[in-house]
Amino acid sequence: MALSWLLLILLALAVIGFFTGRSRALASAGGDARDLHSLPSYYGYNVALSALVPALGVLIVWLLAQPMIVNSTVSSLIPEQSIPEGSDRGLIMSEVRRVAVGLDGAVAAGAMTEAQAQDANSDIDQLTATLKDAGQVLTQEISQPILIAAQKYRSMTSTGSVAMQAIVLAVALLGAAFAYIRTHKEFRARNVVEQAVLALLLLAASIAILTTVGIVLSMFFETLNFFQLHSWKDFFFGSTWAPNFRGGSELSILPLLWGTLYISLIALLVAVPIGLFAAIYLSEYATGATRAVAKPLLEILAGIPTIVYGLFALLTVGPALVSMFGEGGALGVGWMASSNAVLTAGLVMGIMLIPFVSSLSDDIINAVPQSMRDGSLGLGATKSETVRQVVLPAALPGIVGAILLAASRAIGETMIVVMAAGAIAKFSGNPFEAMTTITTRIVSQLTGDTDFASPETLVAFALGLTLFIITLGLNIFALYIVRKYREQYE
Amino acid sequence: MTDISQTPGAAPAAKPRDGSLFEKDARTKRRNAAEGRFKLYGVGAIGIGLLMLIILVTNIVTAGTGAFQQSFLELNVELKADKLDKKGNRNIEDIKKVSTFGYAPLIASALEAEVQELGIQTDLKPKEMGKILSKSAQAQLRNYVIANPDQIGKTVSFRFLVNSRVDGYMKGRVTRESIANDKSITAAQLDFVDQLRDAGVLYKAFNPDFIFGSDASDQRPEAAGIGVSMLGSLFMMFVVLALALPIGVAASIYLEEFAPQNRLTDIIEVNISNLAAVPSIVFGILGLAVFINYMHLPTSAPLVGGLVLTLMTLPTIIISTRASLKAVPPSIRDAALGVGASKMQAVFHHVLPLAAPGILTGTIIGLAQALGETAPLLLIGMVGFIASNPPDGIVAGFLSPNSAMPAQIYEWSKRADPAFYERAWGGIIILLIFLVTMNTIAVLLRRRFERRW
Repeated sequence: MALSWLLLILLALAVIGFFTGRSRALASAGGDARDLHSLPSYYGYNVALSALVPALGVLIVWLLAQPMIVNSTVSSLIPEQSIPEGSDRGLIMSEVRRVAVGLDGAVAAGAMTEAQAQDANSDIDQLTATLKDAGQVLTQEISQPILIAAQKYRSMTSTGSVAMQAIVLAVALLGAAFAYIRTHKEFRARNVVEQAVLALLLLAASIAILTTVGIVLSMFFETLNFFQLHSWKDFFFGSTWAPNFRGGSELSILPLLWGTLYISLIALLVAVPIGLFAAIYLSEYATGATRAVAKPLLEILAGIPTIVYGLFALLTVGPALVSMFGEGGALGVGWMASSNAVLTAGLVMGIMLIPFVSSLSDDIINAVPQSMRDGSLGLGATKSETVRQVVLPAALPGIVGAILLAASRAIGETMIVVMAAGAIAKFSGNPFEAMTTITTRIVSQLTGDTDFASPETLVAFALGLTLFIITLGLNIFALYIVRKYREQYE
Repeated sequence: MTDISQTPGAAPAAKPRDGSLFEKDARTKRRNAAEGRFKLYGVGAIGIGLLMLIILVTNIVTAGTGAFQQSFLELNVELKADKLDKKGNRNIEDIKKVSTFGYAPLIASALEAEVQELGIQTDLKPKEMGKILSKSAQAQLRNYVIANPDQIGKTVSFRFLVNSRVDGYMKGRVTRESIANDKSITAAQLDFVDQLRDAGVLYKAFNPDFIFGSDASDQRPEAAGIGVSMLGSLFMMFVVLALALPIGVAASIYLEEFAPQNRLTDIIEVNISNLAAVPSIVFGILGLAVFINYMHLPTSAPLVGGLVLTLMTLPTIIISTRASLKAVPPSIRDAALGVGASKMQAVFHHVLPLAAPGILTGTIIGLAQALGETAPLLLIGMVGFIASNPPDGIVAGFLSPNSAMPAQIYEWSKRADPAFYERAWGGIIILLIFLVTMNTIAVLLRRRFERRW
């Protein structure tokens, strides 16, 4: 709540700043706006921005830094020997936070006074009982070090937030005052404001970089932690995926990678021929009217959320395939035991990728110069001969790029495989068996109760990083090919 | 010439065409057949694609429309004062002390009375009869009594949900064969249901609670609704709109209008195009690591979901905004600069308003994409959570745990009772209605405001 009030106060300051700045500028010019260097509103904007921007900057930095500082200080309060066997600092710290939140809640509910909550010598059992009575959730027994740490955590957090509010407000006021004093008819307010706006625009554009850095860092450090707990050789070169939350897991990416690639391959086997022929027909044969109807209809397939495809695979395609290939099915072959299978996921993913392949290939085929077609037709080739022997070879690099982009999409696809591919990691060539993929394992290792100190959870970050690198590599390569190809005909 | 052609050892001239020019020879026929086949492949490919679309849509509609209807049983329940308010003082605290179990006998006796009144012959014991009702019936009755304590002692007509098996029987999903091994319902109960249906007290009707209601535990599929997770999605979309639109527009303006040709600009551009292709699950990992583990924002909160989806949608919005900025002809900028505007004024006063329809279109499409996205939400804990209460207040809407529409659909698809599958399809219909509406608005905006320069 305090934060939203702080933001509201800042906004109010900015609004007040705008009007006072503007009127001061007008006053300095004797009420005649023509004597000002800039339009009057720029003086207002200058004061408002000076109040708002540095204060918000301080606020954001503070909000990011405070948890880090508090955590490291509090964490150092917990002696090594008070960490029980089978636990670790991270778990203790989350317990500390829980106790701190519990104390806050109890104080807010009036179950204890502030002094009681901060009393380091208070009786642990009694405190636990009070907290439980106040309806606070405690998962572990509170111990003396945890209590002291929690109290320190509370006091640091509350001092921190009071200090933050004071400093942020002071920065806002100082900024506004500085800009207000500088406001004079000679002051080049427009230039200053425009510089500031330009800096803000640049900041917004840099968020893309920040996101990438965030993605890489967040996965990189956890991956490093993972490799300290688990050998990297097993991860990259092992042959078994068998997570075991009691320890001794075998966590190798290879069976997952196999499942991922196998499903993607089936998806591409469905999507590439259909998508490519659809693109050829649309760009070479179809009349304008057909094209105007068929192309958007096909693209609807691309706009359907993946959860819909997942459900379609799980509840429709899977059972349909079982009724065909399963025990006592229409073909009487009994190959398929359950509806979760590589084929189910692959087929549905293929349907999803059809419009992706077709619209990319369509663009690429359209980029082949008409003169090449005319030349071929002029020599007496039929339309299909022209397509096969002139247009496609010319468009081939671009089409390969499009297929690679589709492959990267297939490898990173999550919902369809989570719902339809199954959970068994193995090397097998049988498309009727259930197999699992990298994305499926990321989801299953990171949902539910996760303990960020166990290799079974951390492996998800290593998997994520690998996935990120694979898809990124495929994309960069594909875009490179497509761009190279475009240049050829420009 | 003739001499040369008759020189010994020269290759014999190609065999002359026999027959008429109007008659196709074997080779031409073959080539034309290949041409026809090739064209057919193309038609076939488009046909398969459209067929899949049709199958998908028909499947969704046939499997999902059932969720909007629910079977109800109409009962006249006598709210006996001696059961509900033993002290007789109509004190609300005393009434609240009667638990939901205390309401079961009322329903049972009401059902018995109704059976007698309608003259239905059945061997079922009252307790077995009561089992055709949903487990939520007692809670429904209790809530009514607590809301209207003055009705105690009167007989009130209620419309109760029946249990999901009975509902499935009414919809044809459950048959007498399929319940052979089912412990929760017997064939005799189905006979009883038939009699009630013939008497007109058990019927199917439109069920607004599916659209506006909250999720229910996995014992009561008949009571589950998507309303609360819809609110979760709505709050997430607020976050996405409030962050992605300004940041996306600002970034595009910078890149399109101000960015110098330098290293930094290159890095930003490469980053944006790569982010657009990063698998969505990776954004989920980012959200988990940064927003939840590092910043300790609340798990399952729409705020976190919105932040993750913002990062995911930003590249889409930036790419479309840049395209619409680029479509504004340079003459507009030149004219503004010519009458003395600064570069910034030219962009903000002239280029941006002209590009606004395009930006809006791109934003709506980006929002639609974010609305349907599920994978990142799995990792930040918006699944596995029963969204049973609507958030109280706006702050709670952003911060208290909630689900989102696609996450709710996924959750239903994982539950054991097949009655939830129908609800999952129904949820998809609602989700798709939202997406179709948003995309239609986007297309109409483009049609209405698009300017050809």
